[in-house]
Amino acid sequence: MASDYLPLLILILLAAGFGVIAIGLPTLLGPRERNNQKLEPYESGIIPFSDARRRFPVKYYLVAMLFLIFDIEVIFLYPWAAVLRDLRLFALVAMIPFFIVLVVGFLYEWKKGALDWD
Amino acid sequence: MQLPLGIEVPIPTFEQFVFIQVALLTAVAGLAVVISRNLFHSALALTLTFFGVAGVYVFLEAEFLAVSQVLVYVGAIAMLIAFAIMLTRSMMYGRTSPLNNQWGKSSLFAFLFFIGLLAFARATPWPAAGEEVVADEALIGALGREFVTTYVIAFEVLGLLLLLALVGAVMLARDR
Amino acid sequence: MVPLSWYLMLAAFLFSCGLYGALARRNAIAMLMGIELMLNAANINLVAFWRHGVGPMEDLTGQAFAVLIIGLAAAEAAVGLALIIAVYRERRTIDVDELDLLSG
Repeated sequence: MASDYLPLLILILLAAGFGVIAIGLPTLLGPRERNNQKLEPYESGIIPFSDARRRFPVKYYLVAMLFLIFDIEVIFLYPWAAVLRDLRLFALVAMIPFFIVLVVGFLYEWKKGALDWD
Repeated sequence: MQLPLGIEVPIPTFEQFVFIQVALLTAVAGLAVVISRNLFHSALALTLTFFGVAGVYVFLEAEFLAVSQVLVYVGAIAMLIAFAIMLTRSMMYGRTSPLNNQWGKSSLFAFLFFIGLLAFARATPWPAAGEEVVADEALIGALGREFVTTYVIAFEVLGLLLLLALVGAVMLARDR
Repeated sequence: MVPLSWYLMLAAFLFSCGLYGALARRNAIAMLMGIELMLNAANINLVAFWRHGVGPMEDLTGQAFAVLIIGLAAAEAAVGLALIIAVYRERRTIDVDELDLLSG
């Protein structure tokens, strides 16, 4: 039932409210003083040495895509696992080609060196 | 509940009231995706829309789909889009209009399409809510049974499609 | 219970937004976002019809299709964004108005 999610809703409201208060109150009450050092992006105390908006290396995209493919696999593994006990061999046989095909994709990306960072 | 012009509006139940909030959030975020000038704001609004759709799935008692939605769309696809924006450096656009020269025609078309769908959704006598759904392991198990019996072909073909997508995307995006 | 038509209206709105985004935006990534919106709207419809159909506990067609569409959308996003990145590397732009090599 959707009403089972009432605690979750309350939690979301509380979390959002906390965020709004934690950001809103200092802006409302705190003193405002702007100088160059304060407006710099905060990098754990280190002085920023380059623009944050430079182009990212494409390797991030390749890793993210690998994550996406295996995310989909998990989505299918979950209902499959719930029914494996009833269907046994049949469900296992149905999953094997799916699994092999995705592992082949993973091996391809590995072989092509998309996972090497340098 | 009686509105000024004599329009009768039924008082929503609590569930309907919460649904209206979720639907409004989803709709506003969806609109922000297409009208925001900054591409990165669009991506953030898109993430919010995905969350809202997951909430709608909860109302439809499709819990497994709600979790899948958060896992795949919010966790992976939104991140992929954000990476693509950073990779193409297009978030600093801003200098020209984000719309092409057929935006007038498209907005009219989309609006008429919306009106048409709305009229259809309101005019058709839809059946009331279906039977009671017990959303537990049995439902997920039944879904798994569908995938290895009725939809086994679609399931294997999807695996093949994911392989092709992976290989194709690696070939296209890799630095040479 | 929330009536079926409410879900359909929300889906219609999201679909129209996505349609407008896919047709009117100049940036290729923004067009892709419009397509994702449309896929989500279609998914809402599928699940809503599953819930309000005959015997949602026995006939899971709507949910099965929705899961398959999620997988499909993932593949589409992966390839589409890779294409956009490849085009950007070649042409230094992803403005679809400037990518007119094939238009006569």
